[in-house]
Amino acid sequence: MSDAGGRGERLDALIVGAGHNGLIAACYLARAGLKVQVLERNPFIGGAAVSRRLYRDFTYSNCSYVCSLLRPEIMRALELPRFGLQIIPYEGGCTFMQGGGHLALYDNHDALRREIARHSVRDAEAYDRYARDVMRQCKFIKPLLMREPPDPTSFKPRDLKELLYLGQRFHRLGEERMYDTLRFWTMSAADFLDEYFESEIVKAHFAGSSIIGTALGPRSPGTAYVLLHHYMGDIDDTVGAWGFARGGMGAVTQALGRSLEASGGSIRTDAPVAQLKVRSGRTTGVVLEGGEEIDAPVVLSNLDVRRTFLKIVDAKDLPADFVERVRQFKIRGSSGKLNIALDGLPRFPAIPPGSPCTRGDMHVTDTVEMMERAYDDWKEGRWSRAPYIDMLIPTQIDPTMTPDGKHYMSVFVQYCPYRLAEGEWNAERRQGFGNTVIDTIARHSPNFKDLILHAEVRTPWDIENEVGLTEGNIFQGELTMDQLLFNRPVPGFAQYRAPVRGLYMCGSSTHPGGGVMGAPGANAARAVLKDLRRLPEAVS
Amino acid sequence: MASTTPYDIVVIGGGHNGLVCATLLARRGRSVLLLEAESAVGGAAATREFAPGFRVSSCAHLVHLMPARLIEELALERHGLEWASQALPTSTLVPAEAPVPGGGALPNGTALPIEPESLGADRAAYESYAAQLQRFARALAPVLGRVPPRLGTREWADIAGLARLGWGIRRLGRSDMRELLRIGGMNVYDLLEEHFTSSALKGALAFDAVLGTNFGPRSPGTVLTLLYRLAAGSAAGPRGLAQPRGGVGALSEALARAAAAAGVVIRTRAPVAEVMVENDRAAGVVLESGERIAARGVVSNADPKTTFLQLLGARHLDTGFVRRVKHLRARGLAAKLHLALDRAPALAGASGRLAGGRMLLAPSLEYLERAFNHAKYGEYSKAPALEITVPTLNDPGLAPPGQHVLSAVVQYVPYELKGGWEGERERLTGLCIDTLERFAPGLAASIVGAELLTPPDIEREFRISGGHWHHAELAFDQFYMVRPVPGAAQHRTPLPGLYLCGAGCHPGGGVMGTAGRNAALEILGSTTA
Repeated sequence: MSDAGGRGERLDALIVGAGHNGLIAACYLARAGLKVQVLERNPFIGGAAVSRRLYRDFTYSNCSYVCSLLRPEIMRALELPRFGLQIIPYEGGCTFMQGGGHLALYDNHDALRREIARHSVRDAEAYDRYARDVMRQCKFIKPLLMREPPDPTSFKPRDLKELLYLGQRFHRLGEERMYDTLRFWTMSAADFLDEYFESEIVKAHFAGSSIIGTALGPRSPGTAYVLLHHYMGDIDDTVGAWGFARGGMGAVTQALGRSLEASGGSIRTDAPVAQLKVRSGRTTGVVLEGGEEIDAPVVLSNLDVRRTFLKIVDAKDLPADFVERVRQFKIRGSSGKLNIALDGLPRFPAIPPGSPCTRGDMHVTDTVEMMERAYDDWKEGRWSRAPYIDMLIPTQIDPTMTPDGKHYMSVFVQYCPYRLAEGEWNAERRQGFGNTVIDTIARHSPNFKDLILHAEVRTPWDIENEVGLTEGNIFQGELTMDQLLFNRPVPGFAQYRAPVRGLYMCGSSTHPGGGVMGAPGANAARAVLKDLRRLPEAVS
Repeated sequence: MASTTPYDIVVIGGGHNGLVCATLLARRGRSVLLLEAESAVGGAAATREFAPGFRVSSCAHLVHLMPARLIEELALERHGLEWASQALPTSTLVPAEAPVPGGGALPNGTALPIEPESLGADRAAYESYAAQLQRFARALAPVLGRVPPRLGTREWADIAGLARLGWGIRRLGRSDMRELLRIGGMNVYDLLEEHFTSSALKGALAFDAVLGTNFGPRSPGTVLTLLYRLAAGSAAGPRGLAQPRGGVGALSEALARAAAAAGVVIRTRAPVAEVMVENDRAAGVVLESGERIAARGVVSNADPKTTFLQLLGARHLDTGFVRRVKHLRARGLAAKLHLALDRAPALAGASGRLAGGRMLLAPSLEYLERAFNHAKYGEYSKAPALEITVPTLNDPGLAPPGQHVLSAVVQYVPYELKGGWEGERERLTGLCIDTLERFAPGLAASIVGAELLTPPDIEREFRISGGHWHHAELAFDQFYMVRPVPGAAQHRTPLPGLYLCGAGCHPGGGVMGTAGRNAALEILGSTTA
């Protein structure tokens, strides 16, 4: 990564952290003519959207593993395909049943209906209604993602205007739909699914996306929203479809890095920021660990809100109640990850040979009760004895990640606590967690264990230490009602601007939250540019 | 035997909301007939003899949410309502092995009063927490006394109602308003963890958020249920937790007298089979005996599922509405335990004021959450969460001289038990007794009678579908503007002339009477009744 913006060249903005949001914010600012530099602690960029070569010549997407939520407007504006990003849509997916059966998902509508009807004819009928209702909610929310949330306690014109806009959009739904939306935002995924489906396997399959990355169970109110959060992507204009980034998720951030450099921005790796410099309530730049000072009138932090305000900003430069609120912002680790190098493709006897559904994401939780019990374990400070897993073998359609005939499997696990009730994470406990997951998979694949060449086991603690996500929480903060919209991350500070002038937040701790979406980064950049127009001398 | 002149209003069900609604309508000159299936009115606000010579409030055992204004308006005290005790204190039972804030743990457990002086290091935090929640409760209280506005409305009254709601919150001031918007969607576990260190205190405060709900303390939405309880308490006035003399049934009896004095005709042992529909409107009711009674309007005190699916019938409603009613979550999650004792129990050595008050067994947040976990899967916990009163300490007339009644709500008892309730009632009763024995050695030996009402028992005894005393779960998506279901949240139903007045309406149950009162106001304001 190049080293620039040093002596002589004045920087207009610094971005702390080269996660995807920081890179996206940097790209937008660079394209607007600002001289920007991104500072990254690790020797590699990407944060949790990375491809790492951790075992011989196997590439792992070792944190984030699928792409769907990346805003298409961002992909277009930053010309990411031109800089090497290729998203391959994948088909299918399935859930294995304890008794040996399965439920497969197909892109083809008729095939899907037939498959659901195999388990319940009534559910096959209800599926269309379900998909339509969820899509309706997605369509309502989508435009809100790229907008700054209003402050409902303020009388400023921009806030009143935005509140009015939101109120009108809501009102235009019509009475019936307004009620549906209100209920949807407050229901549990389990109750929501109960209103459509009767068979456990169908409910369990759909409920999975309501708990990904979340310290809640499918029966917790508010999880219907989380389900929606994972539906909201666009791949080739198919809302809710998922895809692989060719070369792993690192391809996303690599493309962002190239786009940034092409616009005149620069990136410094191995440059950990220790402290934000503040003078008279305004930021003047940063100090790196090691003492080097880099000046800029604008700093954007891609770190989560706790790392930003409890680590690199001095408490004396912040209002006391703001610090208190930051401490209360819940960033809880609940997810683990296994990255497994395989000597061949595992057999899944429950799936007929030649079926496309093994190319999608595979699950093993076949009842909502099983998922809820997995959550109960987390509450007790244990990893789930019967965890929910989301496993993928992207090498089936992206052969670039491994040697010929070999495969990479990504396994995302709910739930895994950041802190165990029994004590700190150590090698033995990590192994225990890994074994629980591997044993769970092996129950559905008799040759699985024999094919394992290497397994990287990552607890929330590991993820935190490697990529800097507090407690390994993939959203940089829970997506619960009290931490969304104008409450995210702190009431009164939900508009990307920190209490220090010139300091902005651009990570997933801000609206609209996380997943590899990019909206926080884009929205933060927009906030910076809006503010700079009032300070013409700072625009280069 | 058909009536010749139609009544203005027939009220189905003599629960307290039905009685309140009937009385207010009659006072304004309407001719009202109230039909009660059982031999006495009161519904779940009743006093029953559960063992020879021992009487107990068979469902709700304390009155603290009925607005003082309403009690005055109905002149209930003139009609015989007396209070055996008011402003009852709440204490929490701390097990012997757990720490007591402020020290002084006792060998049989300690009854810790939830009062600032007893809270040791958490005292200051408690005072500011309680004060802030009271401010929120006061701001939200007016919402309870009004019929919810309709979304998408063009009615001036509704828009004004929404504006008033927003303004009431705005008037809290920026800092309070932000905090209310922040915690409104939270779970009570996280809220209490932010403020307090004592497990005993956190457990006790969380219990008030989950009592009567289908949530655990970690469920989002439990700050809302807590605020709801506090707001209703604020609207009720300064009486606090109160015990009517003669049990809660005496309140219903006073309501019945007030109704009769206003001209309401009350018929008991008159179960209604269905609502009569003529020309697409409610035209009266048909009793199970076959008797047809004509009326210009019908008000149902029954729960929404019973009203729409049984009394009215799906054929009179469109499929979308029927689906919503079928999906209404209305399964009770609390049981009632009644013990007849031959001497006064001494739980955790409590005496005097505390013993006659409300005692909670919820020693920590985890205790409650674990009990809730079991209920999710159709099980009950071996460590039950209890809200306990010994009403005879304030009202000796409920039992023979020197003998006592213990009345407890057992939270987290599922409606549907895995494996069925056959034989399980006794086991759960024994479990509760063993649990109480740890705080009051000798209690088990003093028992001369016992009764456990599970949610299915409550369903049967009080004719509430699902056995939930709120008639439908209290949850965000079954609250206020969408309670019980969208399209029936202003006491009106899709059938002109048919109204709802029970706990299944805003603002929910809890022996409040506000639903009945709001229903009457709505009907009086309408031009068709």
